[in-house]
Amino acid sequence: MVKLEVLGPGCKNCERLADNVREAAADLDLDYELVKIEDLNEITSYGVMNTPGLAVNGDVKIQGEVASVADIQAILEDYN
Amino acid sequence: MKLKNEGKTIALFVLVFFGLYYLPVHFEAFQAAVLSALELARWYAREHVVLCLLPTFFIAGAMAVFLSQDAIIKYLGAEAKKVVSYGVASVSGSVLAVCSCTILPLFAGIYKMGAGLGPATAFLYSGPAINVLAIVLTARVLGLQLGLARAIGAVLLGIVVGLSMHFIFRGEENETTDTPAMDSDELERSLPETVIYFALMVGILVLATLAEPAQPGFWAAVHAYRWPLAAGLGLGLAGLLVKLFNFSGWKLFLLAAGIGLLSYFFPDVPEVPFGLGLVGFSLVCISEGGEAEQWFEESWSFARQILPLLLAGVLVAGFFFGLPGREDGIVPATWVQTLVGGNSWPANVFSALAGAFMYFATLTEVPILEGLLDAGMGEGPALSLLLAGPAVSLPNLLVIHSVIGTRKTVAYFCLVVIISSFAGYFYGLII
Repeated sequence: MVKLEVLGPGCKNCERLADNVREAAADLDLDYELVKIEDLNEITSYGVMNTPGLAVNGDVKIQGEVASVADIQAILEDYN
Repeated sequence: MKLKNEGKTIALFVLVFFGLYYLPVHFEAFQAAVLSALELARWYAREHVVLCLLPTFFIAGAMAVFLSQDAIIKYLGAEAKKVVSYGVASVSGSVLAVCSCTILPLFAGIYKMGAGLGPATAFLYSGPAINVLAIVLTARVLGLQLGLARAIGAVLLGIVVGLSMHFIFRGEENETTDTPAMDSDELERSLPETVIYFALMVGILVLATLAEPAQPGFWAAVHAYRWPLAAGLGLGLAGLLVKLFNFSGWKLFLLAAGIGLLSYFFPDVPEVPFGLGLVGFSLVCISEGGEAEQWFEESWSFARQILPLLLAGVLVAGFFFGLPGREDGIVPATWVQTLVGGNSWPANVFSALAGAFMYFATLTEVPILEGLLDAGMGEGPALSLLLAGPAVSLPNLLVIHSVIGTRKTVAYFCLVVIISSFAGYFYGLII
């Protein structure tokens, strides 16, 4: 199972990123668990300043942009 | 049914029910306030949306897509020179934090992983005030003077707040953890090209929103020829887009021809060619794909986020403070004059304090302040509120507290109120 963490304080952009991640993961039939990290201290512990961010199995893959479904799929394909 | 989960909703329904049940629809004061809320919303729709907000969304979107944010964040990292990081922190809000929800994570990041407490608080203070949307709307609605005072004040005072925080807590600089290496993309465009690109867009925006000057002179001449000038800049921009971003030339040519035709048929309504031109440009962006499509998406996401909040702010401002030149809001103008009229110390401190506790959703401070100014608020207290308002609010104080602890939060809050009141007072003296 792949652990996907969306990092961000919970504003619109983070929700949009989370939606895109869900869509991308569903398209790939990925076995995943999505968690939203909203606590700022936890977010910084990932080394992320610019939100929203996405960590896959603990590695930060995206930060500072609402990545498109296609971009996220390209990242997630390696974990499938 | 889980009564616990539904409890809030039930309470809300009950509240709405009693609110409607006892709604004072027949009170004249209430009717006048509702009417002025609607009239103010209409005024905004007519005066500020097409020529001001829409192009600004495109500029904000372009900033989010085309400016390298990693390059700026590098200057806020742990190894950055302190002098540089204060300067960068206080101006970078304009590029990094076009949306207010990114302010707090960046603040936490700068504090914990980067340049430390001083630059972090400098960023926190100035960031919300100097994004391009806030500056443009403040200058357009509240006047150029207050708009400039807000932008310059936020940057300079951000540095003052940051340095003060650093000085107060100089003994306890926290151990900054290592910043994970940022992979910065190679710049595809040179700096001059990027500068010209943004200058052209800002030029069009300034020409489109230019108010007619009272006296004849240079600006009056510019005003008279503002649409031909804007068209010229637009053509320049189109050329640049073809060269830098590989826009297809024929699409932009068709668009330009369409805009030309519309301006010929609607010479007195610039909103028609300008607005439809932006619609056409959006379509071109979407059809181009890649960065161009991203540009449109970012611009749209700003619009989607900000316009509903702004509409709510305008309705609230109209309801409570009435229309410019008329006293038909719910709040009597004498209250406003007593509390924040003139330029006394109490008026400035009260404004700064009120602004610091109140939560302003992005940009809603502008219509609210317009209402207050119109009801008799002094220019000085207005600046105090503009400076202190977006920098702190009760909800974001709680988050700041979780990052830097009680003592630093209290110190930051006091500094914001004191420095903002001072700035307002001296601005009020000069004006």
